[in-house]
Amino acid sequence: MGAGHAHKLYREGRSPVHALPPHCKIAAVFCFVLVVVSTPREAVWAFGAYAVLLAGVAVAARIPAGYVLRRLLIEIPFVAFAVLMPFIAEGPRVEALGMSLSESGLWSAWNILAKGTLGVAASVLLASTTELRALLLGLQRLRMPSLLVQIASFMIRYGDVISDEMRRMRIARQSRGFEARGVRHWGVLASSAGALFIRSYERGERVHLAMVSRGYTGTMPVIDDVTASRTQWMYAAALPLTALAVCLTGWMLP
Amino acid sequence: MTDPATTPPSLQVSGLAYAYPDGHQALFGVDLTVARGERVALLGPNGAGKTTLVLHLNGILTAGTGTVTVAGLPVAKAHLAEIRRRVGIVFQDPDDQLFMPSVREDVAFGPAAAGLRGAELEERVRRALERVGMAEFADRPPHHLSFGQRRRVAVATVLAMEPEILVLDEPSSNLDPASRRELADILRSLEVTVLMVTHDLPYALELCPRSVVLSGGVIAADGGTQELLCDEELMREHRLELPFGFDPRSVRVPVFPVR
Amino acid sequence: MHVPDGFIDAPVSVATGVVAAGAVAVSLRGARRELDERTAPLAGLVAAFIFAVQMLNFPVAAGTSGHLLGGALAAILVGPYTGVLCVSVVLLMQGVLFADGGLTALGVNITDMALVTTVVAYGLFRAIVKLAPHRRRTVTVASFVAALISVPAAAVAFTVIYALGGTADVAIGKVFAAMVGVHVLIGIGEAAITALTVGAVVAVRPDLVYGARGVTARPLEIRSSPLAPAAPGAVARAEGPAAEPAAATSDTSDTSETSEALETSEPTGTPAPAAAPRRSARRVWWAGLAAALLCAGVVSFYASASPDGLEKVAHDKGIDQKAEDHAAKDSPLADYGVKDITDARLSGGLAGVIGVGATLAVGSGVFVVIRRRRATAESERG
Repeated sequence: MGAGHAHKLYREGRSPVHALPPHCKIAAVFCFVLVVVSTPREAVWAFGAYAVLLAGVAVAARIPAGYVLRRLLIEIPFVAFAVLMPFIAEGPRVEALGMSLSESGLWSAWNILAKGTLGVAASVLLASTTELRALLLGLQRLRMPSLLVQIASFMIRYGDVISDEMRRMRIARQSRGFEARGVRHWGVLASSAGALFIRSYERGERVHLAMVSRGYTGTMPVIDDVTASRTQWMYAAALPLTALAVCLTGWMLP
Repeated sequence: MTDPATTPPSLQVSGLAYAYPDGHQALFGVDLTVARGERVALLGPNGAGKTTLVLHLNGILTAGTGTVTVAGLPVAKAHLAEIRRRVGIVFQDPDDQLFMPSVREDVAFGPAAAGLRGAELEERVRRALERVGMAEFADRPPHHLSFGQRRRVAVATVLAMEPEILVLDEPSSNLDPASRRELADILRSLEVTVLMVTHDLPYALELCPRSVVLSGGVIAADGGTQELLCDEELMREHRLELPFGFDPRSVRVPVFPVR
Repeated sequence: MHVPDGFIDAPVSVATGVVAAGAVAVSLRGARRELDERTAPLAGLVAAFIFAVQMLNFPVAAGTSGHLLGGALAAILVGPYTGVLCVSVVLLMQGVLFADGGLTALGVNITDMALVTTVVAYGLFRAIVKLAPHRRRTVTVASFVAALISVPAAAVAFTVIYALGGTADVAIGKVFAAMVGVHVLIGIGEAAITALTVGAVVAVRPDLVYGARGVTARPLEIRSSPLAPAAPGAVARAEGPAAEPAAATSDTSDTSETSEALETSEPTGTPAPAAAPRRSARRVWWAGLAAALLCAGVVSFYASASPDGLEKVAHDKGIDQKAEDHAAKDSPLADYGVKDITDARLSGGLAGVIGVGATLAVGSGVFVVIRRRRATAESERG
């Protein structure tokens, strides 16, 4: 999490998608995924259309297909399971009974696979075209309670610091010849986790002191704000609206 | 140059005593006056109460007995916001101080909390960052900066509030020699009252003409930094030790301009 | 365990979203009441901690490893309100940034993993702490049981959500058995890690363990008064934390010392008389855990080799084509727990695993009772 990942997540660019205000993008992605989830699974073509839509967004954002696919690969072990499980899990009995009778099972697998993948792809596009900071501003703009936004932003700010501390503790353990190999070493690892908690909590207290020293009284001053014009909203709405049209068609067609 | 007779001192602490809620008493009647524009080092062994004293200066801890006034304004609940604007504390770990996602927002936090907005805020942030030479890093997240840079930004976050007095907790700790010198240059260039809590005696000598020793919860000594550092008995008594090979007598202390 | 998009249908997703939003709103209010303006930095840091600690791998055996989910840990360490907030924020960020857990499934995920886990864990923890003797060990045992139950409880909650709006055609009973079975196993690991971590924190900063407030304070006070030479140290330990918030700003050396003390896993400040029973109890506890894990491994391995009760029934009734399906459904959800357990074993060994889980739960209960009895005996003696 934090910077290490954040940089892999976000792809710098100057595309129209990057330029859209974050809250428009978040709203658009959310509505899009909601529409996808509401689509009947039998409308196979509709999912193809959604994929084409997302591909269009990726092209507009100048995100290379390889990048999106790679991110998909990281996030879809469950898809691999969904695909493989019906064939390998139960051993010989699959051949005996599986093929003829698994129709509804196959539909279910397809349903989850298609919707899950589209959801992941949409999220990946959002995360790779929107900076972390902007995402938080967008969430704030979308009326997420400000305290929650603050917690999230502290989490992002200090995720790295704490992961670093964890890494240093691991190195300290290894330097003293310790290597966790099994359950009997959990005690030591858990002590590290406990120490990490104490450090995190104490840092929280120190951060609070630093904030209070600069005049914090419980509400974060609004330093940056994001606004969106009607046109920008229209651009952002293009994705979910088109998807909605596809979805409705999917429901009406037999 | 201001007339000391009419300007109240930047900081006046008198008879300050404090015990933590658990009964542990840390301060036993501290008296300290810091005139406007002065740079004073606060020296003392671990556990002498230095941090406790610092936390009284902006009202995070409230005095048991005694008073603290900042530029004539007593530290009290009624005007805590103003006090916190006037007293800028730079904490030891810049990671604690820099809690916002970007340098710019972090520097803007203090003034924005005080109600500044828009162009005025931007200007304040730009000026503060320029004073510490970090203007081009405004949009970077703090954790991508080097330790020395982070400490400089931490100073900027406080300068942006245009404080009456700048309080630095161990400003030279964990800095490499170059960053240490850069920070010293910055601190020297600031026209603001400075109270510097430190164990780094050469640094105190370099930057502060005057030092006070806090030991056992009281001010044990107050005088010219060079004089204090040369007083071997005093130094030993309060567990203050000069680094190996450092002789404060051999240092020619630069003459500080009086403001 | 992160539910992806499309697993739960839209109406139920929206409904759970409303539940999650309500829970978060209540938690916001509760956390603010407890921490007032400190809420944001403290909850943020704890969320970052949960996130980091989920990356800490606990090796199980033969190259496999598990990691912490953190719901129970958060609840015990920072209380139910802040705990719900922290886990929710972690889930939100995982969903938005890493696409881990679908956006529309966010409500399901928060309800399931942030709300149910935290509330169940905290409720159980408090109940045990209240009923059992007030000792440090009680906190560890209570953490173990709370975490052990909280994970399958989340699985039950998931099954309920699935029953209401699942998109796959799998029998509810099957989902229930699979989810709960797998999560009992995961719960054992979670419980061990949580208990050890809470134990480590209690040893150093008992004041930071929200759920144990008032539990750990009393014995520490008692120790300080009668023994004149040992008292000052004990007082400093007991009372240090109160001064800590202020002192911590300058004395980072303190923290590093603390962590070093932790690395040696045996608290150094404990007076000698208390140390002996503590150590032997720890050994018993370890032995129990090892036995349970061994059983789980052997039983599931055995079970995978020969289809047992559940499978037999399924086969006879001709419904096992759906069993394949259930395996497909539960395995992605299990990926956050004890990893790399092959699915043949999972699906085959469900009954075995459930059995072990039940045994362990009963065993823990017996353990608690014995401990309590021994503790009372001890307090009578001394």
